[in-house]
Amino acid sequence: MQTVFKTSYDQDINLLTKTGEYIRVSIVILMMLAAPLFVDVYYLGELGLLLVYVIAGIGLMILTGFTGQVSFGHAAFLGIGAYSHSILMTAGLPFPVSVVLTVALTGIIGMLLGRSASKMHGFYLAVATLAFLIIIETIIGEWTDMTGGYAGYAVPELEMFGFYFAEVWHQYYLYLGFALFVIWGAANLLRSPTGRSFLAVRDSELSARSLGINVEWIKIQSFGISAAITGLAGVLLAHYLAYLSPETFGVLESLKLLLMIVVGGLGSIAGAIFGAIFVSLLPVAISILRDFLPGVVGEQAGLEPMLFGLIIVIFVIFEPEGINGRWKKLLHFFETFPYYRKSSFVRQKSYLKTERMR
Amino acid sequence: MSSLVVENLSIEFGGVHAVDEVSFAVEPGETFAIIGPNGAGKSTIFNLISRIYKPTNGSMHYGERDLLDVPAHKVIDLGIARTFQNIDLFEQATVLQNLLVGRHRRMSRNLFRDFLFIAGARAREREHRRKVEDIIDLMEIAHYRDQKIADLPYGARKNVELARALCSEPSLLLLDEPASGLNQEETDDVSFWLDDIKHDLGVTIVMVEHDMGLVGRVADRVMAINDGKLLAIGTPDEVRNDPAVQQAYLGTAA
Repeated sequence: MQTVFKTSYDQDINLLTKTGEYIRVSIVILMMLAAPLFVDVYYLGELGLLLVYVIAGIGLMILTGFTGQVSFGHAAFLGIGAYSHSILMTAGLPFPVSVVLTVALTGIIGMLLGRSASKMHGFYLAVATLAFLIIIETIIGEWTDMTGGYAGYAVPELEMFGFYFAEVWHQYYLYLGFALFVIWGAANLLRSPTGRSFLAVRDSELSARSLGINVEWIKIQSFGISAAITGLAGVLLAHYLAYLSPETFGVLESLKLLLMIVVGGLGSIAGAIFGAIFVSLLPVAISILRDFLPGVVGEQAGLEPMLFGLIIVIFVIFEPEGINGRWKKLLHFFETFPYYRKSSFVRQKSYLKTERMR
Repeated sequence: MSSLVVENLSIEFGGVHAVDEVSFAVEPGETFAIIGPNGAGKSTIFNLISRIYKPTNGSMHYGERDLLDVPAHKVIDLGIARTFQNIDLFEQATVLQNLLVGRHRRMSRNLFRDFLFIAGARAREREHRRKVEDIIDLMEIAHYRDQKIADLPYGARKNVELARALCSEPSLLLLDEPASGLNQEETDDVSFWLDDIKHDLGVTIVMVEHDMGLVGRVADRVMAINDGKLLAIGTPDEVRNDPAVQQAYLGTAA
């Protein structure tokens, strides 16, 4: 096990500290950069979708994992991002301008939702965000002049300064760039005062307030940045899908995002990434698995949702900290081999906390 | 240095007069203890001063400022920091993160700047970290620095909560039962810290406490209340010998 000997405050400010972390992160980034060389076009497309979900997952993670505000409405921000970007591109705006405007728009709508949600807790917040989602989905469906309604909307070609991102690997690198930027930004948030205020609001609004944090404003900001990042994911998703329809951005999509961060591990950036891998690779794995299963089982229509559900139940019961928690335990096992004990990770008892004055 | 002046403070919950026409003044630099039986309204007074509850009547001033004009999250800007009876730390964050949130009052915050970590973000983090380390040294919690609060024992949490309040560099500290749940040795530590805080940092302390040994050692003046009403204010000995106080704690002779 590597014990970090701290000699400078910078070691706590830097994003990565241990040698192992540097090696792992570099390997993953290098592999992602090299992927187009040895990955089949179809699977490269799936990898691109994975990156879109990484971005959306981090967007929701900032709100739910860091600030503790549950949202069943994040598919709406995907939808607003996808549609407004497509509409702006069709109107002839260049790609970068359209992206900036779209991200700003989703951010502002997120802040407005945050404004009304900042006084709500638990169930009420969940229902309010769900209602928001249904409203947005209906607006997208009914505003036929603008969005093409239920007939759908064709996304313009991805083009920047006369360069067409025609090949899959062009788009893949664009997605990768945005994903790395968002991961880096979220990590920056966590090491700065804003991110710490998010964590403070999540863990105790009462003491956050008594330490000078304007809880309502922090929630509004969290909703804003979360929605803006999810809107960016929506922009990229639009180009991946090439054809938008309102039902893509429904309740199921919202649940998928939420399940992603729960299975990945709430409260960490790595959790959002693990969750995205889970959500986007599982359908691929299932479709491969189908070929090997006996006909009666393999041809069942509900196989995918059932397996999804089963895995989520297993995680909630046996590993509430998600894939990220499992991963940390695995690392700890190897680092301290052969001294790993199950009790190293037993949860400590939590002491009484006043709920009455949140 | 400002003094805390509370006049005719009252709050009702339904028909219950939790605090009833209580007046007191805390001079700068003094250690002021509030005692009373359970349910007397001690913590309620704290929650009124930190603006979590809205008083039904009365006034509170800290120096020139009227506390009633200040929202809950701005109270700390006047220099009033507090701890909680049941320990209210950020459980899933590390000790260091908790203490840095304690610096929040002194830190500027901007969403975009923080997202990009630009414009001297690193220099600012270092500067505030240095201040936090001073408090870590004072409270002797260096070995807990990188641990999650959820993994800490009770006594250590108490210290971290006090340290977090100190990180904001307050001029007035409200301590809600600093020694509750601590053993004799830890309680002795608390009394030394309170002395350090008072003399080295020059902080005025108002504390709610049941441990009369601790109160006798550290408090300059004591206020006793019962059923929301003021019984006596004076030195620890005066209050201990006050007939009304004895009656509240021990009952009357039949």
